[in-house]
Amino acid sequence: MIKAEHLSKNFGKLHALNDVSLEVKKGEVVCLIGPSGSGKSTFLRCIHGLELPDQGKRYLDNELMDPSDPKKYRELRSRMGFVFQHFNLFPNKTVLDNCVLAQVSVLKRNEEEAKKIALDYLAKVGLLDKKDSYPNALSGGQKQRVAIARALCMEPEIMLFDEPTSALDPEMIKEVLEVMKELANQGMTMIVVTHEMGFARKVGSRVVFLESGKVIEESDAETFFTNPKSERAKDFLSKVFYE
Amino acid sequence: MNKIFTLENLQFLLQGAGVSIALAFGALVIGAVLGVIGAAGKLSKIKVFNWIANIYVEIFRGTPMLLQIYFFYLGIPVIISMITGTRVRMNIYIVALVALSLNSGAYQTELIRSGILGVDKGQWEACETLGISYWTMMKEVILPQAFKRIVPPLVSEFITLIKDSSLASVIGTAELMYRTQALGARYYNYLYPLMIAAVMYLIMTLFVSWIGKKIEKRLSVSD
Repeated sequence: MIKAEHLSKNFGKLHALNDVSLEVKKGEVVCLIGPSGSGKSTFLRCIHGLELPDQGKRYLDNELMDPSDPKKYRELRSRMGFVFQHFNLFPNKTVLDNCVLAQVSVLKRNEEEAKKIALDYLAKVGLLDKKDSYPNALSGGQKQRVAIARALCMEPEIMLFDEPTSALDPEMIKEVLEVMKELANQGMTMIVVTHEMGFARKVGSRVVFLESGKVIEESDAETFFTNPKSERAKDFLSKVFYE
Repeated sequence: MNKIFTLENLQFLLQGAGVSIALAFGALVIGAVLGVIGAAGKLSKIKVFNWIANIYVEIFRGTPMLLQIYFFYLGIPVIISMITGTRVRMNIYIVALVALSLNSGAYQTELIRSGILGVDKGQWEACETLGISYWTMMKEVILPQAFKRIVPPLVSEFITLIKDSSLASVIGTAELMYRTQALGARYYNYLYPLMIAAVMYLIMTLFVSWIGKKIEKRLSVSD
C-alpha cells in the first residue's frame, strides 16, 4: 500500500536518514523502534512529506508521490493521517471544531454532516462528553485521543503515529494505546514510531529497528522480541526491559 | 490662578484630548492595516516584498517621529512644488494622522510578524497533515492565536500613540499639548495647564490599559 525507496535526509552535516526503504501492506501495523536520534521520526515525517527527503521515492497505492505535481501530491497526502507527539490540537477551537474544520474546508462536507462524523469518531475514542471543551482543559491522554479522532475524520487509508505516547503522563499512556489497538483491530494500516515495546509486540505485525539513520533489523514482531538477530537489537532490548 | 480653572478653559483642553485620542486611534487602525501588509511582506517568499517591507520598517523605526512630522509638513510640499510647480499647503490634521500612522505601521509590522512566528510550528504542521489551505490556516488557526499574543503589545502601542500624538503640536495641530501650551502662554502660568493635561493623558492611557485587560481576559477562555 505504501512504499518508501532509498530515502535519505540530511540536516546540515547530520545524516538523519541514510538509504532507508520500507514497504507496508494493507492492514499491517509496522512499528519503528530504536534509540533516540536513530532517524525513526524523520523517516515517518519523510514518508508523509512533512520533511522532504533529499533522495528516494515514495509510492502510495503504486502512485508516485511527487511534490512537483501539487494537485496529485496533495491528493495522495490527504490519504494519510498523522498523529503528533505533542498533539498539535488547535487551542483556539473546541474539540468538536478541531474535528470539523478540515472536513468542511478541505473535504467540502457541510457543517451538519461534518459534525455528525466528528461526534461519531469522538464517541469511538470515548470523548463525546468533551466535545465543547477547549484543548487546554483536557489531559494529555484526552488530547491525543482527540488528535486521533481529528485525523480519522478525514478518513485516511493509513495512519502515521509519531511517538504518540512520549509526551504523556505514565497513567495516560494506556488509554491512547487502547484506542490505537482498536484501530488496528479494525484493519487500519498503521506506521507507529514508538518506545512502547509492549504495544509493538502485541499489536505490531512487524518491527523495524533503526539506528543512526539506517535499518538494522526488520522482522515480525514476535521474532524481534524473542529472538533478535542483530547484536545491536539484542543490546537495545536488554537495556529497555528491566528485569 | 482661579481664572485658569474656568469651564471654558477646561472644555478647550478636553477638545484637545478628543483630538489626541482621535489621532491616536486613527493611527492605530491605519497602522494595523499597514502592519498586516508589512508582516505579509516580511514573511513572503518573494524577495522584492521582503525588501520593500524591510526598507519601510527601518526608515520609520529608525528616524525620529518629530522629523517625520516635519518632513510631511515642510518637506513634502517642497517635493510637490518641484514636480508640479505649484505651492501647496498641507492640512495639519491629515499630516499628523499620516505621520503617526506610517510610524505605527512600522512598529506594528514587527509586532504582527513576531506574533505569527510565535505560533507553535506544530500548528502549521497539523494544518499541513489535514490538507488545510494556506488562507484557511491563516484565518482559522494562525492569526487568531497570533492576535491573542499581540494584544498586550498592541495596547502598549496605542498608549505610545496617545502620548506621541503630542508631537503633532509642533506643526500647530490643536491637540491636547498644543492647547496646553496656548493656555499657559495666555495666563503666563504653565503649571496648572500642564498638570491638567497630565491628568487627562493619564485618564486616557489608564482607560486604554483597562480595556486591554478586558480583551485579554475575554480571549483567555481557551487557556
